[in-house]
Amino acid sequence: MATLAPAQPLAQTRPQLSSRIKSERRLGWLLSAPAVIALLAVTAYPIINAAYLSLFNYRLTSPGERSFIWFKNYQVILTDRLWWGDFGTTVLITVVTVTAELVLGFALAMMMKKAIVGRNFLRTAILVPYAVITVVSAYAWKYAFASDSGFINPLFGTAQDWFGARGSALFVICLSEIWKTTPFMALVLLAGLAQVPDELDQAAMVDGATLWQRLRRVTLPNMEGAIVVALLFRAIDGFRIFDNVFIMTAGAQGTETVSILAYRQTISRAQIGLGSALSVLLFASVALICFGFIKLFRIDPARVRGG
Amino acid sequence: MTTISVRHLCKRYGKGFLAVDDVNLEINDGEFVVLVGPSGSGKSTVLRMIVGLEDITSGDLCIGGERVNEKPPRDRDLSMVFQNYALYPHLTVYENIAFPLRLHKVANDDIDKQVRSTASMLQLTELLDRKPANLSGGQQQRVAMGRALIRKAKAFLFDEPLSNLDAKLRVQMRTEISRLQKKLGMTTIYVTHDQTEAMTLGDRVVLLRLGKLQQVGTPRELYEKPVNMFVAGFLGSPQINFLPADVNADHLRLPFCDVPLDPAHPPAKLSGKDLVIVGLRPEHLLDATKLDDQHRSHGVTFKAKVDVTEWLGDEQVVYLPYEAPERFHKQLAELQKELDSESDRTQLIVELDSTTPIQESEEIELWFDPGNLLFFDPETTENVTLGRELEEPAQAKTA
Amino acid sequence: MTSKRTRVEFVLASLVVIFFSLAPVVWIVSLSFKAGDDIDNKRFWPTHWSWDNYRTVFHTDLFTSALRNSIGIALIATVVAVVLATFAAYAIARLDFPAGKFVLTLVLVVSMFPAISIATPLFNLWRSIGLYDTWLGLIIPYLSLTLPICIWTLAAFFRQIPRQLEQAAAVDGATPWQAFRLVIAPLATPGMFTTAIIAFFIAWNDFVFGITLTSTNRARPVPAALAFFSGASQFQQPTAAISAAAVVVTIPVVVLVLIFQRRIVSGLTAGAVKG
Repeated sequence: MATLAPAQPLAQTRPQLSSRIKSERRLGWLLSAPAVIALLAVTAYPIINAAYLSLFNYRLTSPGERSFIWFKNYQVILTDRLWWGDFGTTVLITVVTVTAELVLGFALAMMMKKAIVGRNFLRTAILVPYAVITVVSAYAWKYAFASDSGFINPLFGTAQDWFGARGSALFVICLSEIWKTTPFMALVLLAGLAQVPDELDQAAMVDGATLWQRLRRVTLPNMEGAIVVALLFRAIDGFRIFDNVFIMTAGAQGTETVSILAYRQTISRAQIGLGSALSVLLFASVALICFGFIKLFRIDPARVRGG
Repeated sequence: MTTISVRHLCKRYGKGFLAVDDVNLEINDGEFVVLVGPSGSGKSTVLRMIVGLEDITSGDLCIGGERVNEKPPRDRDLSMVFQNYALYPHLTVYENIAFPLRLHKVANDDIDKQVRSTASMLQLTELLDRKPANLSGGQQQRVAMGRALIRKAKAFLFDEPLSNLDAKLRVQMRTEISRLQKKLGMTTIYVTHDQTEAMTLGDRVVLLRLGKLQQVGTPRELYEKPVNMFVAGFLGSPQINFLPADVNADHLRLPFCDVPLDPAHPPAKLSGKDLVIVGLRPEHLLDATKLDDQHRSHGVTFKAKVDVTEWLGDEQVVYLPYEAPERFHKQLAELQKELDSESDRTQLIVELDSTTPIQESEEIELWFDPGNLLFFDPETTENVTLGRELEEPAQAKTA
Repeated sequence: MTSKRTRVEFVLASLVVIFFSLAPVVWIVSLSFKAGDDIDNKRFWPTHWSWDNYRTVFHTDLFTSALRNSIGIALIATVVAVVLATFAAYAIARLDFPAGKFVLTLVLVVSMFPAISIATPLFNLWRSIGLYDTWLGLIIPYLSLTLPICIWTLAAFFRQIPRQLEQAAAVDGATPWQAFRLVIAPLATPGMFTTAIIAFFIAWNDFVFGITLTSTNRARPVPAALAFFSGASQFQQPTAAISAAAVVVTIPVVVLVLIFQRRIVSGLTAGAVKG
């Protein structure tokens, strides 16, 4: 039996979504709903609440005098030198810590992957700082660097009042932050590093590349995904730094960050209106960073889907 | 009795791209049908539509007389061996094979019996406790087959199962698959891009090109009576030679020689044409010096200069280049691209026996019987040879 | 690549890394053994080692209940977060679910809102519906902290699993749920472990929600309790007591890390699943 391709017209059926696709989509919603609901339950109300309250001149101690003032709060904040100073401080801390964490984290990831001697111990040691509670670590660093009772000054023969000046205080804060969070970066980068096929590296070795060249041209380009995720999450978190600064300096000496400012306004000074506006601005800043990243590195959330 | 019937099957992707265009096929119980074609021909898509992993845009798919377009894969009672085997890495070989049975809640004793008998049939008994990562490619493939076989499904689908194996193993597994199919009598649909597999395995071969059916028939039919240049070029290794031929009243002018024509009995539908494309398979050219005069007189002889030879032990392949008009060059290049090949040289490829010592850059004398020529219309690429047409089903008693 | 020189270089580098990773921890331990005013001794080690602080810590109801709270809350929050995130990540990464992109972005955006700004309104809300100062009152906000990173991480893990495995399962006769349970989930376990550890640490570490949403030993977790320690005495720095508490609190966590680090790291380095 042999037939030639018959020239018959296409059947006139309209392509509809098959029941299979429809049931898959339903399943998709069903499965993600619990997580989404849990998230929104906690965050929707506060976010909307904050946005709403930010439009008011509202002092908790005198609730009767609450008045609607449109965007005046934002105007006040954005023209205040304190805000920009704190914003600058926050940016500085974020950039310094994230950069350092990226570099160190990568080095640690390489070590964890190629651990030759004492694997278990090394890996545990690297992950331990992440296990220490931030507040605890903040206290530890604070007391180590305390000018009158800490051991750093005698050890290095310095007489620096670490927490007395902006520069040195920021230095200690960054140090503490870096120590604490590098393991997280190391973990994420390790996952990315592991996905780079060994053959690529070996081919480069045969081609005569040095370790540095291999890193730059083979390993790093193939890890782009992991690096971007690590950077993104750390930048978002780093910008909202609170615990370390709160414990070490409470924001004094020009180390105040935007989160601390928001806290002060809302809790200490009960300026709900201003505090809410600050929260919204902080949120906006972080959102900006995030979308800047997405645009810059062309991350596609859809790429996270299976291929 | 499970027949699989495919009618007017189409697959359209988002932006209107038609991957499968009006494919019709009837697969009979116990038949081994091979879907073959170059990459992008839609053969895998057709297979996946049959098994249910792709939605059918339009057309009907019937298994055992029942329309199954909307049914999910698990309800179609079909088995499939994937190109990369898709073995469950966290399960042992035993559990991989047992998986389908466990899903259908078969009793443990029963499972054990069936798994062991399937394993022994595929020589996997010693490997039952291993995990896929510790198996060779060929072993993994057999496990995949075991998993597919154990359900005794209505039909057995293969998606390019041998492409990941090395050449020798491929040949071995090919015969194993063939043997198994004959022994068990399972209806089989086999997708491949390799024409050798198509020729050796299929009861019938279905050749696809860019989503459209080109020809369906036994391997022999497709080989000897191709409906167009694509089919002729796809099957056969080394590939068939396509030569441009000027049509004159009493002879054809080929690049190497002239072929006499009898105006009263033309070999093909040549009227109104001044150019035709001639197809000549490499094995139909013989070393003229080995033939006696009587034999010679029944064909055409010519001399040509050798460019490259490949000596393969049991045969040798000789390449003889020639000049061709630009238009022909282009057409040939396009065809080659479609056939997934890169060569765009105009050369004659000849397959001779290995005993004749042939030197490169020397001239040799070749002979062929014009009766073996296939004629193709240069515009439509259709086969216009007379006397070598495909016969209608009613009279088919195949050559 | 294990030449002698590489080994030596590696060992040296390891020692440096270990030193910097653990030195601050050792410092905390050392602090915890300094009694009374010894913390002002300007030296690394105590002048004389004393168990005083540990005694104080264990006799304080504040601390022992805080420990109990932290462990319980963090564990429950982790389990819930991983389960919810697994479902969502599976839907996003493996199903034909175009809204998945939206969910991922939504989850990311929501995670950017500062915790303090969430805590204050919740303070009011929880008080009115009776969740203030309860375990549940903390577990729910902890979900908002952990879900985003869990979903993104797990989605990335699920993406690595070859699609053909689910297809093979479907052809073998599995429903989507069976395919998930029997094939995908087992293969995603390393990812789930990593995610669980990260989630646990996030919950464990939390400070802001802890101080805002609790007021008694009923639900106060450790970081918040430590801050309250500070209020104990105006004259004597509770530093050393805090350190002792910190050590007690960190030990179980370090043990956890020691046990699970092999799983996590090998899970991460196993790379693509062979199939």
